[in-house]
Amino acid sequence: MLQIKKLSVSAGKTTILKDFSFNFEKGKVYAIMGPNGSGKSTLAFTVAGHPSYKMEAGSMKMEDKEITLLSPDKRAKLGIFLSFQTPLALAGVTVFQLLRIALNKKKDPLELKKKIEEIAKKLGIKKDLTERSLNEGASGGEKKKLEMLQAAVLDPKLLIFDEIDTGVDVDALRKIAKFMNETKDGKTYLIITHYNRILHYIKPDKVLILIGGKLIKTGSAKLAEEIEKNGYEKIIKN
Amino acid sequence: MSDPTASNLDFEYKYGFSMPNNYSFRSRKGLDEEIVKSISFMKKEPVWMTESRLKSYGIFRQKKMPDWGADLSGINFDDIYYYIKPTDKQVNSWDKLPKEIKETYDRIGVPEAEKKFLSGVSAQYESEVVYESINKELGKIGVIFCDMDTALKKYPDIVRKYFGTLIPPHDNKFAALNSAVWSGGSFVYVPKGAKVPMPLQAYFRINSERFGQFERTLIIAEEGSYVHYIEGCTAPIYTTNSLHSAVVEIFVHKNARVRYTTVQNWSNNVYNLVTKRAKAEENAVMEWVDCNIGSKVTMKYPSVYLMGEGARGEVLSIAFAGRGQHQDAGAKMLHFAPNTSSRIISKSVSKAGGRTSYRGLVQVFPKAKKSSVFVSCDALILDEKSRSDTYPYMKIKENDVTVQHEATVEKLGEEKLFYLTSKGISKSDAEGLLVNGFIEPVVKEIPLEYSIELNRLINLEMSGSVG
Repeated sequence: MLQIKKLSVSAGKTTILKDFSFNFEKGKVYAIMGPNGSGKSTLAFTVAGHPSYKMEAGSMKMEDKEITLLSPDKRAKLGIFLSFQTPLALAGVTVFQLLRIALNKKKDPLELKKKIEEIAKKLGIKKDLTERSLNEGASGGEKKKLEMLQAAVLDPKLLIFDEIDTGVDVDALRKIAKFMNETKDGKTYLIITHYNRILHYIKPDKVLILIGGKLIKTGSAKLAEEIEKNGYEKIIKN
Repeated sequence: MSDPTASNLDFEYKYGFSMPNNYSFRSRKGLDEEIVKSISFMKKEPVWMTESRLKSYGIFRQKKMPDWGADLSGINFDDIYYYIKPTDKQVNSWDKLPKEIKETYDRIGVPEAEKKFLSGVSAQYESEVVYESINKELGKIGVIFCDMDTALKKYPDIVRKYFGTLIPPHDNKFAALNSAVWSGGSFVYVPKGAKVPMPLQAYFRINSERFGQFERTLIIAEEGSYVHYIEGCTAPIYTTNSLHSAVVEIFVHKNARVRYTTVQNWSNNVYNLVTKRAKAEENAVMEWVDCNIGSKVTMKYPSVYLMGEGARGEVLSIAFAGRGQHQDAGAKMLHFAPNTSSRIISKSVSKAGGRTSYRGLVQVFPKAKKSSVFVSCDALILDEKSRSDTYPYMKIKENDVTVQHEATVEKLGEEKLFYLTSKGISKSDAEGLLVNGFIEPVVKEIPLEYSIELNRLINLEMSGSVG
């Protein structure tokens, strides 16, 4: 699905991601773990095409198509979706307007509205949240749920969840994880997280450990459990 | 024509219009007393108006250009036609219109007939039918809605009572100019207690000077009445005239309410210098909704003189400045009486080297006790080349008042753009979405058909296809 080769990325003057290579396969669930500042979010932003992150070397292919030079919207059209760690508030823009334009106005507006309502209900998003300015005055959990809602409508192939479990209470996390499982449907998930928390609900096929911008270790779901028990330091030592 | 002044005038004959006179007329370029007199003569005006025009002309000559605000050095008063008879088509063929204007019409999806009307290629006489049926309805409740020239003929007493009393010619150079050479504009009279059920649109009143250079509008709302007046349209109005200088006077009597909505989208060669003022009596409400998208330079500060106790004034405005444009717009609120309140909400957007300025004056005079003032001006700057300034003046001469003032300047951030583009939205659509979101608090106040077009226009501006 997503093939990354020898990727090095810098922001400002610092190189954050160093020589990262990995082949994310279709339909699998990956957990990308690591302490703060290990380059997890940088990886997410780089794949999505954030202009502040500069690719120094390497290549990224989405279903065999090189995406390095594509603008973020073109990457999204290829099926890449990034669920933001801190979704931004957009004054005067509703989630309906965002999705309507993101879908190139191809979907019937009433149908879209109905779909948004359905998904919002499933995720337990209050109705007024979908009708007012996106993410304005929303709690952490509500914001993450609104990201999930967008993902569900846009129906991408590859979803990157950047700390979907941060700033979310237990009930909201359970709801989000349940929804992620229900709508999995052959999609590829990249779950970026500090903790094992969300992985109790969604079992990863593979766990990647990033430390200091480098891919240190890969393993099965057990690796995540080990980290929960012993922390990252022990992993580094081994 | 036996009039001696006629020898100076050049006549052009046009056919095919169902106007009482099937010729059109245009004064020569430049302005002098003779031209002022001939305008009044052509219109068969009463002596007092001729005299008022001449006096105004004298004031215009004496008055200095404003030494503040936008750069007006590009105006050449000698290179302007001051009077063009309504039937004179400004561009006589669709093909002669600039390409960008035609393209914009196509992209906004303006119907063919409407395009020609907007661009001045044809006067759309079909809408006369609409106007007549509306007027019939209005007549039932005693409302008068006609062009100013007609009003001066048919209702000279009302016109004389109010004309120039709120904006006298010596108010400013352009008010003087307008008072000397005005033509067209709307006259609205709403009798006591009458509530006009639909917004009155200048667009309906088509058989007069539609988008004249020197429009003069007078609205009188008698006690307890209500009217919403709308001028302009979102499609760009192409004109070869480089100066638009209108005067609008509104009298809102006790317990009456007037809302005046403007959507201005002049082509980008126009200096748009307009004086708008309203007087609100006891418990009266005056609301200006003012959207400025077009023109090269706009200087416009709709004002409300809050004269009666409990009067309320509001200005909601949007200014958009693209390449080569300067929108110097704002509001004026003058509190003369106790318990008066005012609210100013201004949203400005500058892009591609465009410049917006918010210029506002709020004055609370002694004894205007328990008055409240709210001013909020937000600017959005889309790129490094563009500029926004804020000049909020407050003169509060009474202690017992509540004053609230907020101002923000925001740059359209990379982060927000990335957030939207990463969801599959193109950069220009994302910009359009963010700009429309920014102006939304004002846009929601204007009638739906206008707000939809306005949103579409902003999106076009963002995609860079509109000059």
